[in-house]
Amino acid sequence: MSATTLVLVAIALAALSFAYGRMQAFQVASKHGGMKSMHSLPSHYGMMVALWCALPALAIIIGWKLIEPTVISSVLDGSIPQEIVDAGPKTIELYKNDIGNLVDSDKISGIADAGKKLAAEKLRGLRHISSVALMILALCVAVVGASLALKRIKPNTRARVTVEKIVRFFLIGSASIAILTTVGIVASVIFESLRFFQQVDFFDFVAGTQWSPQTAIRADQAGSSGSFGAVPLFVGTLLISFIAMIVAVPFGLLSAIYLAEYASRRVRSIVKPLLEILAGIPTVVYGFFAALTVAPAIRHVGESIGLSVSSESALAAGAVMGIMIIPFVSSLSDDVITAVPQAMRDGSYGLGSTKSETIRQVVIPAALPGIVGGILLAASRAIGETMIVVMAAGLAAKITANPLEAVTTVTVQIVTLLTGDQEFDSAKTLAAFALGLMLFVVTLCLNVIALQVVRKYREQYE
Amino acid sequence: MSADKSITDTTTLVRRSLAKRHAAEKRFRAYGIFAIVASLSFLVILLVSIISKGLPAFKATYVNLDINLSAEALGVSESPDRTELRSASYNTVIRESLRELFPEASSRREKKDLYALVSNGAEYDLFDLVIENPEIIGTTFSLWVLADDEMGSVIKNGDDLTNPENIVTRMNENQLSWAKKLQDDGRLDVRFNTAFFENGDSREPELAGIKAALIGSAFTLLITFSLSFPIAVAAAIYLEEFAPQNRWTDVVEVNINNLAAVPSIVFGLLGLAVFINYFHLPRSAPVVGGIVLSLMTLPTIIISSRAALKAVPPSIREAARGLGASDLQVVTHHVLPLAMPGILTGTIIGLAQALGETAPLLMIGMVAFIVDIPQSVTDSATVLPVQVFLWADSPERAFVEKTSAAIMVLLAFLVAMNAVAVFLRKRFERRW
Repeated sequence: MSATTLVLVAIALAALSFAYGRMQAFQVASKHGGMKSMHSLPSHYGMMVALWCALPALAIIIGWKLIEPTVISSVLDGSIPQEIVDAGPKTIELYKNDIGNLVDSDKISGIADAGKKLAAEKLRGLRHISSVALMILALCVAVVGASLALKRIKPNTRARVTVEKIVRFFLIGSASIAILTTVGIVASVIFESLRFFQQVDFFDFVAGTQWSPQTAIRADQAGSSGSFGAVPLFVGTLLISFIAMIVAVPFGLLSAIYLAEYASRRVRSIVKPLLEILAGIPTVVYGFFAALTVAPAIRHVGESIGLSVSSESALAAGAVMGIMIIPFVSSLSDDVITAVPQAMRDGSYGLGSTKSETIRQVVIPAALPGIVGGILLAASRAIGETMIVVMAAGLAAKITANPLEAVTTVTVQIVTLLTGDQEFDSAKTLAAFALGLMLFVVTLCLNVIALQVVRKYREQYE
Repeated sequence: MSADKSITDTTTLVRRSLAKRHAAEKRFRAYGIFAIVASLSFLVILLVSIISKGLPAFKATYVNLDINLSAEALGVSESPDRTELRSASYNTVIRESLRELFPEASSRREKKDLYALVSNGAEYDLFDLVIENPEIIGTTFSLWVLADDEMGSVIKNGDDLTNPENIVTRMNENQLSWAKKLQDDGRLDVRFNTAFFENGDSREPELAGIKAALIGSAFTLLITFSLSFPIAVAAAIYLEEFAPQNRWTDVVEVNINNLAAVPSIVFGLLGLAVFINYFHLPRSAPVVGGIVLSLMTLPTIIISSRAALKAVPPSIREAARGLGASDLQVVTHHVLPLAMPGILTGTIIGLAQALGETAPLLMIGMVAFIVDIPQSVTDSATVLPVQVFLWADSPERAFVEKTSAAIMVLLAFLVAMNAVAVFLRKRFERRW
């Protein structure tokens, strides 16, 4: 029985024990003068029995599956031929892999000699024993747990308290998953980056101007030692994000001002959701649009006025990214503009200024911190955006400020380095994690600053 | 006297500048309208360009062939068994019927051009037909088979074959003239493209479909939903109803807000390093994709669930407590049911976001070329947006329409999900 079916069986048993425990509670209650004499509701007793049935069994299944591979492999170690043990850890690893593959799929890299076949037979036997033992153990624990809990169904058993305590642990655990995710992100990028910085100097990485991540696969290969100077990627990312912000900020801000200050309720209720559609369209769609429609159009226009435009120009990717970000800027600015107290506007009108003068000289300065926060959030979104640049920006790592040339970005390089065949220890793949670390740190800083600014601003007017 | 004078001076000054100021007012207003109109027209251009490119992909061109299915041409005995039928040469039969239609194709090159009019998938159609009804061997019948993508798109576009020089195609003169003859004989037909919804990916544009990607997306979303919904709701309940006001709770809150703004590709790096390299979960599988996407959508769902819980008025909680309910009973019996529409709306929006996500899935290897329909969450699979990405990279022209059509399907799903969310909000939202 596989672990998945075992888990399903345990859950089914728990459901059965819930029903049985609930029934039992009614029976016990009838002996003691009705439900009133019991501390908890019948469903609480049912839940208690179900939890006693499922939780220990699930814990055993998970624990078993975690230690199983180590135990089996150490048992198997005894049967490895002496000459392979002598040949060093790499050969042992290979030998073990071969045996594993023999059991799983009957296909191995070397010749399946009698010794390997014997070992494979042994491995298969061990796995079988392990799965049968696990099944028996888990089912026994489930049944024993449930029957112990059934015995505890008495008027003075505080089943509700027990159940609620366990549920509360589950709630706390769920809330901590967010923390765990952050820890996981930080740990995974930092560990791999540290390994990368053992091979490549940190300052060469952040200050080097040459990016060509092709490392030699064989030691005798010539001409591809790999250089990991990430400055061209940072420049490319900044260039494209800058173009995006040039598009997004004016359009987003002006739409927000119009919607917040001028538009009637009706217009607002129609236009706002329409603008939000722009944020809901998947980025891969924008990438396709940028690569197939916008880039050729820009190239066409550029060439007709005598400019040489790359077919993967930064302008196309940046402009489309800007369109995508318009709703972020507009909805965040809309929020902060509507939060400016009406009294400030009234004061300005009272002094005789027109609506646009009020907006420009009173409302916008008052809302400025919030707007800046929103723009920072949008910028962090632009820096981390991946699909548009993967599809519409190039791979050429150049340091240029010319928006008509092809540039590459941090996210493009992460995708390029990590898709396709890869060897996990090479500097090439580890470089992707170092880039990921940079990306994470920069966007995190932008977000923290932006959220702080926005929060301060809100508090000011609340 | 001097005060009077300065007031009248100021008044005239203001009067004089009034026209200018009103013009500025109008201009400012126009900027706003222009910004909105421009943003919305970007949206319209985007949609129109995709729909106009994608519509032809929902049609497919079929060719009618007279098949003479002799046992001899198939290379099998008179009463063949299944193994014999499996290895029979169906391609020969199709080619023979093409040669019969156009005996003038004699040279090697001409024959090759001729065979290229029909899709490579034709022999599999014939194969399926024969395997199901072996008794048709030895008979002659007519069969509609898929046309190759080049001829297919010329016919679908309704290009005028009498003026071949106006047609943009890779077909050569011979092929165009044969196409014209086929059209004149009524052997060409444009029908709804069922293959697009029934096939997996293929190197042949006319055979490529989105079914594998759709199933992959469904599996991935299923995992995402079954992980993120319970966890997010539990986390939201804890933070909103139970968490003490202390530093730890603050850390969790700030953390969730920041996670919501972490670039999605970073979640892909997490998935690659932790789930694939550390826990050795299968690469390219919906289960890993689902886990990564659920970590990504958790903050979205938690934030909207908390808003929904917060909107339930405290009087409900107080009334329940007054009747003797425990803290947990207050939540599960009263607050949660009332907040459910809001929570579900947030969940659907989070899932819609997950459905459109591509970048993290590239990191965990869901970019494989998948022909087979995935059967379980641990099979190699791809999802709809990744399929769009893969097709957008393909050089064949016919893949442009496939890509646009796949985008249309993706957008249709997103619109449907958001419509459900809006409906839920409108139908069940309560104002207190």
